[in-house]
Amino acid sequence: MHNPARILLAPLALGLSLSGLSAARAQEPVAREPTAAIAPSETAIGLIYRPEAAPSSYDAEAVPEDEGVAGARMAVKDNNNTGRFTKQTYRLDEVALEPGTGGDGGQKAAAAARDLAGRGIRYLIVALPADEVLAVADAVKGQGVTIFNVAAPDDRLRGADCRRNVFHVIPSRAMQTDALAQFFTLMRWRKMFLIVGPQENDRLYADAFKTSAKKFSLKINAEKPWTFGPLAKARGDTPTRSEAMVFTRGVDYDLAIVADEAGDWGDYVPFRTVDPRPVAGTQGLIATTWHPMLETWGAAQAQNRFRRQSGRLMRPLDYQAWEAVRSVGEAATQKKTADPAVLAPYFAEPGFSLPAYKGVSLTYRPWDHQLRQPLIVVQPKALVSVAPEQGFTHQRTPLDTLGIDLPETTCKFAD
Amino acid sequence: MSRGFRAGAPGTVLGLALLAGTSLAGFGLAGVSPAQAYTVYVTNEKGNSVSVIDTETMAVTGTWKVGRRPRGVTTSKDGKELFVCASDDDRIDVLDTSSGKVVRSLRSGPDPEQFILGPQGNLLYVANEDDSQVTVIDVEKNKVMAEVPVGVEPEGMGLSPDGKVLVNTSETTNMAHFIDTTTFQVIDNILVDARPRFAEFTADGKYLWVSAEVGGTISVIDVAARRVIKKITFKIPSVNDEAIQPVGIRITRDGTKAFVALGPANRIAVIDAKSYAVEKYLPVGQRVWQLAFTPDQKLLFSTNGSSNDISVVDVAAEKVVKSIPVGLLPWGVAVSPN
Repeated sequence: MHNPARILLAPLALGLSLSGLSAARAQEPVAREPTAAIAPSETAIGLIYRPEAAPSSYDAEAVPEDEGVAGARMAVKDNNNTGRFTKQTYRLDEVALEPGTGGDGGQKAAAAARDLAGRGIRYLIVALPADEVLAVADAVKGQGVTIFNVAAPDDRLRGADCRRNVFHVIPSRAMQTDALAQFFTLMRWRKMFLIVGPQENDRLYADAFKTSAKKFSLKINAEKPWTFGPLAKARGDTPTRSEAMVFTRGVDYDLAIVADEAGDWGDYVPFRTVDPRPVAGTQGLIATTWHPMLETWGAAQAQNRFRRQSGRLMRPLDYQAWEAVRSVGEAATQKKTADPAVLAPYFAEPGFSLPAYKGVSLTYRPWDHQLRQPLIVVQPKALVSVAPEQGFTHQRTPLDTLGIDLPETTCKFAD
Repeated sequence: MSRGFRAGAPGTVLGLALLAGTSLAGFGLAGVSPAQAYTVYVTNEKGNSVSVIDTETMAVTGTWKVGRRPRGVTTSKDGKELFVCASDDDRIDVLDTSSGKVVRSLRSGPDPEQFILGPQGNLLYVANEDDSQVTVIDVEKNKVMAEVPVGVEPEGMGLSPDGKVLVNTSETTNMAHFIDTTTFQVIDNILVDARPRFAEFTADGKYLWVSAEVGGTISVIDVAARRVIKKITFKIPSVNDEAIQPVGIRITRDGTKAFVALGPANRIAVIDAKSYAVEKYLPVGQRVWQLAFTPDQKLLFSTNGSSNDISVVDVAAEKVVKSIPVGLLPWGVAVSPN
């Protein structure tokens, strides 16, 4: 059981492990009924997501109900603005799944995908956990549908469980932890104390961090499980605090790495360690795609446009959904057609590129369909660095120093 | 969104044209003196100020307070007024260059970023970055004459030498939009590389150069044929290709040399504007964006955002001769006509 991620700077996989959620909520989201026929000149993009359950009590930073969706809406507007000059029009068909998977999330997601594909939709944005992304991919296999995964960072989706019809906009966990590891290497912070949460996603994050540590010659000096409960969410009290302090005693480390993708306890750790040590990982200093502090490379314009449209700050999931919808628009502009048969193979070609407020054009890796992108290394109130860091070079592009490279990939696209 | 062209009273337009004519004559007379000293104006995006530099002493002679997030900057044809885009205040501040005070503000529409003054000096063409439009303002009457819908995040503004064709570049749509300045209709859209920031016509009006910051290229467009005839690319030893981000462009009046600011590559490229060969890279300050010549084209100034200074280039020698510290995050630069 865990509560909805409450922090603004939640890790990229926002609210993905909802399996334990209570079904009781104040307000059921209404699945927006997509309009019927698609006009010949119109490109419909489907979006399947599951809104966070409303927070049960006062929460200063509750996940907004339109998280992700709002970013896709902005991108559709951007596509249509450009489309006025290229004679292309776009629309977004949103499908909100019931909150709480009840164990059959994959079936519901697959049904939604089949329904959208049945109505001629050939681009699907999916903001769902890994298993449901796979269910969607397999449900519409062979129908010429291109799927954009915007919320599941699982490396297996880019590895053993990769699918030819799926493109990954959200950076993999390996990319996120590589970005942090590069920064630590640059700073010569080598000794890590890894603290791992109780959930499966936390273990996966910790595994990714260990791989990154090996890759960049960092040392994991200690690894301990977090066994004190969701103290950050519970606004932890004094007795447990002393217990948590004892837990960090006697470890020789430069930096504490917290693996807490749900945001349950990671924010509890900074300033409560026995030794004065900075905290990074899923909280503290994080590697992410988007942040309110980002304003270079024209990001200020996107921040303003989003805030005016949605009345709130843009979050990583909003940005990732924006990137996905813009991928379709950008490919259509470049190829002068929105024909799915033309665009589906084009996304992975070197000619495709997506400008996305990162100072460089973004492309998809042909071997696993992961979007190459710089990641921002940021603390709650300031941008600290941008990965790939200076000095990390690669024969193809420095962006390929983040995540799983071609020689290491275990992805084999089955046709 | 489009409100189309709002016709002004024809009599007034004529009056303004006459007025502009008088001031041009005045400039001609003033221009004869040798070793002319000009005034350079630099907008400091995070300093909310304009740094004023005298080209004779190469020293900062003043810092003027303006609205928030000043970016685009230009002078009136007679040099008596300075126009500054105060992006975060959704207005254009007009300063009296003798006092350094904001004397009035123009209704620019939301988030003005860059603009260009028409040849008559009465119309200002403004890119509204947050609002996907170009606003045409009569600067005397402070009246919006037209709003032209363009692509997402309009920025670069170029005007053909005869004033008939306005070009706006949209950073997220990645197009150069050609706008007829009599009808204020978009007449053509040319796709260029990612994130076009700046548009500059050659003095003969035949070619348009458009920089693409993320694409890393300059597209040279044949204006009559309306197609890209050349893409100029850059390669600098020891600099990542990703860091080469062209923004500001200036081409000499005789059409022989072009200077292109390369952003975080911290260089200005010198290009043979006839053969399009990149001849050399001049090292300047960090994150160089905008460029401006002195009217005699002997000097070129660049704004270096990250190092909070400007670089001064001797155009004939193709050498950087000085750097001058200015305010926080220098963005735009303009030089007085006299």
